[in-house]
Parts: sequence; C-alpha cells; structure tokens
Amino acid sequence: MGDSKGPSRQALRRAAKVGDLVAGPMRTVLRPTAKVGFPYRKPTVPRGVVVPEEASKLGADYDTDWARRPLAKAARTAIHRGPLQAAVKALADPEVLGTDRLDDLARLDDDAPPLIFAPNHYSHLDTLIMSVAVPEPWRGKLMVAAAADYFFDTRWKGAASALALNALPIDREVTGRKSADMIRRLIDDGYSLVIYPEGGRSPDGWGQEFKGGAAYLSIRTGAPVVPVFIDGTGAIFGKGMKRPKPGTSRVVFGRPLRPEPGESTRRFNARIEAAVTMLGDESLTDAWTARRRAATGTNPKLTGPEYTGWRRQWALTDRRELGSVGVRRRQKRRWPDLG
Amino acid sequence: MPRPGFVLEVDRSTPPLLFWRGENFSLEKLPAGRSRVIYPPEPLKPIDDVDGAIRHALLNPIDQDPLPALLFPGMKLTIAFDDVSLPLPKMQQPDTRQRVIEAVLDMAADAGVDDVHIIAALGLHRRMHEYELRHALGDRIYDAFHPRGMLYQHDAEDHDNLVELGTTPHGEVLEINKRAAESDLLVYVNINSVPMDGGWKSVCTGLASYRCLSHHHNGHTLQHTRSLSGHREHSALHQSIWRMGKILRDHGPKLFQIETSLNTDMFPSPFDFIAKREWEWTARDRATYLATTKSLDRTPRRLARKIFHSIQAPHRMTSVQAGETGAVHELTLQHVYRQQLVPVEGQTDILTLGIPFVSPYNPDGIMNPILVMCMGLGYLFNMYRNKPLVREGGVIIMTHPTYREFHPVHHPSYIDFFEQVLPDTTDPVVMGQKWERQYAEDEWYRHLYRTGNAYHGVHPFYAWYWGAHGQQWAGKVIVVGGDPSTVRRLGFTPASTMDDAFELASDVVGRAPTITHLHVPALLVADVS
Repeated sequence: MGDSKGPSRQALRRAAKVGDLVAGPMRTVLRPTAKVGFPYRKPTVPRGVVVPEEASKLGADYDTDWARRPLAKAARTAIHRGPLQAAVKALADPEVLGTDRLDDLARLDDDAPPLIFAPNHYSHLDTLIMSVAVPEPWRGKLMVAAAADYFFDTRWKGAASALALNALPIDREVTGRKSADMIRRLIDDGYSLVIYPEGGRSPDGWGQEFKGGAAYLSIRTGAPVVPVFIDGTGAIFGKGMKRPKPGTSRVVFGRPLRPEPGESTRRFNARIEAAVTMLGDESLTDAWTARRRAATGTNPKLTGPEYTGWRRQWALTDRRELGSVGVRRRQKRRWPDLG
Repeated sequence: MPRPGFVLEVDRSTPPLLFWRGENFSLEKLPAGRSRVIYPPEPLKPIDDVDGAIRHALLNPIDQDPLPALLFPGMKLTIAFDDVSLPLPKMQQPDTRQRVIEAVLDMAADAGVDDVHIIAALGLHRRMHEYELRHALGDRIYDAFHPRGMLYQHDAEDHDNLVELGTTPHGEVLEINKRAAESDLLVYVNINSVPMDGGWKSVCTGLASYRCLSHHHNGHTLQHTRSLSGHREHSALHQSIWRMGKILRDHGPKLFQIETSLNTDMFPSPFDFIAKREWEWTARDRATYLATTKSLDRTPRRLARKIFHSIQAPHRMTSVQAGETGAVHELTLQHVYRQQLVPVEGQTDILTLGIPFVSPYNPDGIMNPILVMCMGLGYLFNMYRNKPLVREGGVIIMTHPTYREFHPVHHPSYIDFFEQVLPDTTDPVVMGQKWERQYAEDEWYRHLYRTGNAYHGVHPFYAWYWGAHGQQWAGKVIVVGGDPSTVRRLGFTPASTMDDAFELASDVVGRAPTITHLHVPALLVADVS
C-alpha cells in the first residue's frame, strides 16, 4: 500500500545518505568564505553611530542619460524590432488608425517637430504598444514618462525600463522642476515623449481625470500634444490581472494640439482630455458621430458613469461589448434565421 | 526654387529623349536642328500647413459668406467630390478630398448639422470601388457615412433622383442630382489637375444626367473646342457649361465651391527619372531606366499594369480657394497656369507624344485603343493655349503599343464600340448621329453602369469626341509601336520605329519638317504664340 502512494523508506534513507555525502565536502569548501568579512563584505555599523544617508539614485533621481547613448540606442532598436514587436503582436495585435493626421509633420522627416503623445492608460501594455505604434520619424526618438515610484524603485527595474523603453522617471504626484527641465532638454534635442495624463493605470477599467502634466510640458516646451486613445488593453492586461489574456487592441491618433496664446495649463489640459474622449468615441462608433457629439460635449466620458459599485462595472461590460477589441471572444454560434 | 518650363532646341549633343510607351518607355533620337522639346516647369513648392490653408479658405471665401455662417441646425448639406479620374496617378494618402471634406465636416459638426450626404460626382464614369473611396476619403469618412447610406455615388440614370433646374437660351437642359439640387447648401470639393476642370463644369458634369451631358459632350461641340486648356471663349464645351452654370446659379442650390491645385510631382522614387531632363540623369537614373525597361520588356502586361497602377504620386497641394464658383475658378486657373504654363513660339509640322499607361478613364484599368486616341488627341494635343503646337494639317506621332485589350468590367461598351462603330465610321459627328443613342439607351450597359463598375454605355463615344478637334486638325496620325490592325481601326497609320514614322510623315509635311516633342510627365500647357 505504502509502495503505491510514494517512495519507500529504503529510498528515503538512500537519498539522505547521498545528501550527507554532498553536504560534507560542501561545508568544507564554503567554510573559508564564511569567515570572509570586510572589505569583501559590507562593513558592519558600530552601535550608536548614525550613518549619513546617501543621496538616492532611484526613483525620480535615477539617471537615464546612459540609455540614450549609441550602444543603448542600438540595443533598444534591436529589442523593439524583434522581441517587443513580436510580443505586442501576440498579446494585443494593435490596429493603428489616424496616423494620417500626423502626415504633414511626418513629411518633414528630420525636421519634424518633437511631439508629446498623450494616451489614456489602462495597462502596462499601453507603453509597449505605443513603442511600436508611434509612426516614424518619432518612433526612433521616443521616450516614455514612467512613474518613478514604480518603474525606478529598484536598480534592475530602472535599468530595464530605461534600456527597453527609453523611460524617464517622473514623479506622478507633481511634475517637478527637475523632471520638467530634463524633459525640456530632451525635447530640445529632438526627443518625443509619451506621457499618460491620467498619471497611472486605470484602477477599474474606466479612465481617470487628466492631470495637467502633458499640457504643462507642452506649454513649457512648445511641442504639440497628440491625443491618443488606446482601446482594449484594459481587458487584456488591466491593473490587478496576474497574467495577460491575449486579444486585440486599437490605437487612434488625433490631430496635434498646440496651446493657444495665453492659454492656461488647466484649459489646455481640458482640451486634451476632450480630444482623447472624442477619439474614444470614434473608436467605438465612427468619426462623424464622435465629432458631432464633441461639438455638443456629449461624447461618452472616459471616466465612465457617475455612479459607483456594481453598476459602474456593469456599464464597463456594456462598453466593452460595444467595442470590437479586447480579449478574443469565442465566436457566438449563430443559427440561420429561417423566418 | 523650382525651375520654370523651357523649350530645348535639339542639337547633335542632345541625348535621346524619353517617350512613354504605355507600360514602358523608350529613348528616341530626334533630328538635330529642326526639333525642339518642351519641358514642363518643375513642381512648385507645396503649402506646408495644408489643414491650416484649407481652414483659412473656408473661413475667408471669395465673394461668399464664411462656411460656418452658411451652416445651421436642421439644414440639408450635400458634399460632392471629384471621382477617381483625378488626380493621376492617384495621390499618396491623405488625399486632398479627405482633408477638405474633414474640414467641412468639422464645421458642420460645430454648427449642429445632422443631415449630411456625401456624393461622388461621377457623371457617366464608372462607380468607384470601395478601396478607391477609402483612398480618396479616408477610412474615417467612409466608415462613418457609407454604412448609413450617407456616402454614395451619383447615378445619372436614376430618374427618380434627378431634377431639372432649367433650360439655357440655347435649349440646353440642366438636370442634376436631386439631393444636391434640393440641399440648403451644396459644397463641391474639386481637384484641379488641369485647367479644363473645375468651375461650373464640376456640378454640370459630375452631378448631371445623360440628357444634360449630351448637350456639350458631342462631336460637334468638341470639334469647336479649341482648346480644353486655354481661353474659355475658344471652347464650345466650356461655353455651353458656363451657360448651364448661370441656370445653376439662378435656380439651383446655394453652391460653395472649393477648388484645389496640385503641383506636378507625379512619380516617386525609383520612377523619378521620368520627370528629369535627360542630360541630368545620374548613373543611378540610367541604371534604373535600363533595369526598368529591360525588366518590363519581359514582364507580362497584366503584371506591368498592376505595378504602374499601384504607383501613388507624391502630388502636393499648391493652393486652395473657396467661395463663389466663378471667382474661385479664376483664381484656381492662375495657380494651375503658374505650375503648368510654358511659353512656346510658333507651331511645327510634327508633334510627338508619348502615351502613358493611364488616362482619366482607366485608373486601375486597361488603356484600351479608344483611350489611346482620347489621351493623345483629346488630352495631350489639347494641352495648349492660343494655338495648337502642330500646324493645321500637320502630323501627330504617338508612341504606344495600342494592344487590342479591354477591361471587361470597366469598359464593356468600349468593346462593342471598337467592333461595331469604328469599322463603320471614325467621324465623331456621324457616329453620334448613327450610333450614340443605341449605346446610351442599352439596358444592359445601363444596368452595368448603375450596379457594377462600368462606364456608361455612351462613354466610348465621349472618349472619342474628346479627340475630335485633334482628329480634325491633324493631317495624319501615326502610332509608333502599336498593333497595326488596331491602329488602322482607329483610322491612324501604324509605324514600327520613330524613323519609319518620320518617313511616313514626309508624305504630308515634306522631307525636313520641324518637330516638337511634348515631354510628359509632368503636365504642361504650351502657351503658343
């Protein structure tokens, strides 16, 4: 009976013997290293002594200049053209629309002005999708504003983000002078920026109010803002999901917006939000319906209905049913109508 | 700074000159000392901010209120646009029509206009395929309007949806699309590739019925149309259309005309050698030419055609103006002439023309023999102002393979026209009297025009009439490299080589004639003094 359920006692005894045989020499080999201390190991701190804190090199202070040097650029290009593109295709298969709205600027090629792309944000996939969906000539010099507290909280995450995505650490609570100066410098060098005005991924599948980051940076740098709507990624790999459910997505680019003379950040931000909202409507319906509703301010809000609780989630299901992107659904069986 | 067009006197050091031969090219040597070549001006610098220019034109129209002031909730707005016959080759996306219509729709949306119809102004041309509509208008407009039945194509045979607006003192009836006629505002979006287009011709042909078109599209009128590209008072066709325009203005809907002109940047790399002056060809251009011609020689015609029709021209907009039709058109003409006009002194005995793979009537189709005639004698011969480039009774030499091949879907009535009408007569007036009505009223052709992608049954007649003036003017027409029996059916003389053609021409113009070669592309209008 015991034999049928697991290893016999004899086998266990044998395994223990083998373990002992291995452990003995290992202990002998490792013994000298156990005694190795400072300077091969970190010094211990005497009691009662306060060690002054080193200036943080993580978070918003992470230095990403190295990621824009030629070697890192070449590595990034290889990553984008190979594994990243394949991964995006496999996971989200994005349909890219509206790039013709950027054609006039794209034709300028090397003289094309840097742009600030301002998409809505449902998922980590959004950044990957933007890295392949942004048209040339901006794709080659694209940087992504990434939450400093999330992507740059450890060294390896910071390095991976900076290398693969040309990510810049941004404090999501407030666009500090340091971040703004760095972005301004990079935009002056011809880099375009992807920044999520919502400040983070959607917690419940609906959009969030836009913060003024994109508008502020555009006013400071003079770079036009391109509203972008990304649809479907929330269902594929939304916040809180442990693993992605491969599906389809859609990216709609809008016309570049420039701040009017004397326009405040708040007003410009409202225009950007309205433009992304219209693109969201366009993604679900069509350009004319969305444009007419935009004229009367009746585009369905990205932030969803006012009510809370299950009705809000229910409405989200309805919205996703309306769209043609998101997780792949099994084709419903349709019986012929025989009258 | 683009260089203006100019006339080159051919001497012994002039290299052989590029001639179109349908879906291929050849280099031909013209006799030194008595030949000249007219080179078109280089493409003008386009507008940088196209969307801004369009918006400015709509907000500051000529002799009319700004577009937003003409829009109001509850109104009927109709937007008509030029069909697939323009521009040639098709332009790289986004097309001018998409940009202009999107700007109009933006304003219509702001004004709360719900009832908007968008109509392809086909006249008697074939209906556009879905991919052509998407190319011209963009996916956004197509997806928004077509599924709702608000984007469709004009039907000149749908008598329930045509309305008569009046008759000119010359007895010409103006009958146009009912929806357009009954709209509170009709916006026409035009592309002016050549001076003959635009103005009142847009609505009076694009949205008209066969009955209306037959008043000015006939052998008699086209024989008295000298020319299509020059002064309007010399064109019987335009005189007739302008008379109809008066009826349209007095009794038709409020019309807001938007006209655009393009530069002549027609071929992208690697075909950019086509528009270059031969002595400026680089080693790369020469290599490209050789590789292209040699490989096209060995390419099945069907595939070669596919390659050429897939070319998307890098045309760019040079002007956009909107407002009252007459005033807008005058300004457009100035822009078109600024791009295309080349001053030329005097006429010659022989005019040589390379006929390309495409004409306005075979986008994505076959350049059949009737269209070769139409392109040579109708379009290229007529690219003049004041006087034709060739003297009356002179010789026109065209280069084209002129194969006996027809597109069965696009040109069904052309096949019968070639087999039935041309063996009987090549005289436009005679064929008009004897055969036109039969083709115009044929139920099968009508069905194919209305439901398929066929040109109207009468269209081969119109294509033939288009060359009526050239046919009457020339003492002889020779086609180099064409299928002999097909060329003879057209009433022309076949020749194997250019030298043979000059030999054949000597019967009419003597042993030492003067020769002019029209170097197309790009498009040009010879201002002959």
